[in-house]
Amino acid sequence: MTQQISTMTATETVIQAENVNIYYGSNLAVRNVFLDIPPRQITAFIGPSGCGKSTILRCFNRLNDLIEGFRLQGRITYHNHNLYAKDIDPVSVRRHIGMVFQKPNPFPKTIYDNVAYGPRVNNYEGNLDELVESSLRRAALWDEVKDKLGENGFSLSGGQQQRLSIARTIAVDPEVLLMDEPCSALDPIATLKIEELMKDLKEKYTIIIVTHNMQQAARVSDMTAFFNAEATAEQGGKVGYLVEFDETTKIFTQPSQEATQDYVSGRFG
Amino acid sequence: MALAVIKYYPLFRSMTVTPQGQYASRLRSRTEKGIDGVFFSLTAGFAISIGVLLLSIGLVVTINALPAIQAFGLKFLITSEWNPVSGREAYGALPMIYGTLVSAILALLIAVPLGVGTAIFLSENFIPLAFRTVLVFMVELLAAIPSVVYGLWGIFVLIPITKEIGRWLHNTLGWIPFFSTMPRGPGMLPAALVLAIMILPIITAISRDSLASLPPELRQASLGLGATRWGTIFRVLIPAAFSGIVGAVMLALGRAMGETMAVTMIIGNANQLNLSILAPANTISSLLANQFAEAKDLQVAALMYAALVLVIMTLIVNILAEYIVGQIQAKYD
Ligand SMILES: Nc1ncnc2c1ncn2[C@@H]1O[C@H](COP(=O)(O)OP(=O)(O)OP(=O)(O)O)[C@@H](O)[C@H]1O
Ligand SMILES: [Mg+2]
Repeated sequence: MTQQISTMTATETVIQAENVNIYYGSNLAVRNVFLDIPPRQITAFIGPSGCGKSTILRCFNRLNDLIEGFRLQGRITYHNHNLYAKDIDPVSVRRHIGMVFQKPNPFPKTIYDNVAYGPRVNNYEGNLDELVESSLRRAALWDEVKDKLGENGFSLSGGQQQRLSIARTIAVDPEVLLMDEPCSALDPIATLKIEELMKDLKEKYTIIIVTHNMQQAARVSDMTAFFNAEATAEQGGKVGYLVEFDETTKIFTQPSQEATQDYVSGRFG
Repeated sequence: MALAVIKYYPLFRSMTVTPQGQYASRLRSRTEKGIDGVFFSLTAGFAISIGVLLLSIGLVVTINALPAIQAFGLKFLITSEWNPVSGREAYGALPMIYGTLVSAILALLIAVPLGVGTAIFLSENFIPLAFRTVLVFMVELLAAIPSVVYGLWGIFVLIPITKEIGRWLHNTLGWIPFFSTMPRGPGMLPAALVLAIMILPIITAISRDSLASLPPELRQASLGLGATRWGTIFRVLIPAAFSGIVGAVMLALGRAMGETMAVTMIIGNANQLNLSILAPANTISSLLANQFAEAKDLQVAALMYAALVLVIMTLIVNILAEYIVGQIQAKYD
């Protein structure tokens, strides 16, 4: 499987969602999503809480597989390969499509081993020390931890832990980087560093970032998708859907939907 | 511009300010403070009485053991003769100390892999939730079976089976000291097996709880980096839950060392040191259960001495457990 994915030809669209519906148990969480994620660009997902941004993001590297009751309809393709085809191994999918999570979640290991974990499980053959250092540098964490690489990841502050998680993810060099509110635990300085990092990374990688910070979306992203949630017929039910997907400048200056206009200008609700 | 009106609430009774809004008063009433005090004394009393209880048990055992301590000293721990015939009385608890330790450790060797394995299986979603719930319930039910029932089951089911297995072990591997005797039925092997089954629910339940209480993000992060499910379990989840698992194992060890009834019924109660696990043996608690009713004078003291040794042994295990868990936690948080 690994071979199959790594030898396939790159397409103009890295990830494509075609009429995707996502269920948790019998609840429809997200409906009718169509998306074409362009390569080597930053795509931002914005929208109110609970509209399914994380849910969609997790589908892109099959992290929802382990959630009981999760069900997907429609197609999600990665370079034209159906990610949910029977013969696709989710483990190899995740080796190509990495993820940074909303909450910092270091492993109960040393700082070094946290960063080295991904390369090790991916059979990295180069110089691990160098890789750990360069990953930590890119995540703007090296200077703060270079003297205590042997200490536990939990000994860092929340913001440092988050940058450790970012270092850990970029250490495996994924083609696509999914970031679920990566800066929500960071101070403005670290946030700017991460944004710089994202701009560097997009020369090689495709990045999708979920953010509640409009300025951030406007600053870093090339494309923006705005999601919203609407009430369903069922009591208390809510289903998320894609409102608009376009170039970021367009979304922020002249969106075609009124809801988008209201949301990006803070007049939502 | 109008000056802002500053509202404040009195912190002391001497401050006389009319209460604001719908709050009658922000002061704590005397009864509320009084109830706090009563709760404090009550809980402190409970805590102290447990300490007193523990001390008094230790004291009574020690006082009653004194004649034997004076008569045998530390030799009690390293000699193997146990002779209550008056005139030729000699007491040494080595076989029972050995039996206690070996039966408990053998039980752990069997129960730890089985229990932790079951815990992993039950904390992952390999099978639908409904089946898992039933399995968890059944494992916990194992803990509810009275030990005398385990003993009976041992006599009628386990001993016939271990006799056959033991015979085969003796015939093929008899040159190893542990299998050097012909099994006669009761013995160390069936006792250790029953102990293993009895401590299984402790190990499984606590290990499963500590695995299940790990944040789901930990698993997702590992999987997101391209680790396999088993890689995630062994390299991230088990290390993260390690202190809980060690705690479970230590608790199980304590339980195995103190278990009495089931062991007495199937261990053979032979007060002799024998390396072979196929031979009958004895443990301290089983010795006490067997002999206490008919013991008198020095034998009572010797049994009390043995009890004291058992208490100290379990105490050491517990302290060791605390220490190990503390070390591991220091490493991880
Ligand atoms: N593991 C799960 N099991 C069941 N339902 C879930 C699960 N995860 C999310 N949901 C439901 O799916 C919907 C979308 O959740 P999701 O976490 O994707 O929202 P979000 O847009 O990322 O919100 P936020 O901005 O607060 O992170 C919510 O209604 C939520 O209750
Ligand atoms: Mg989210």
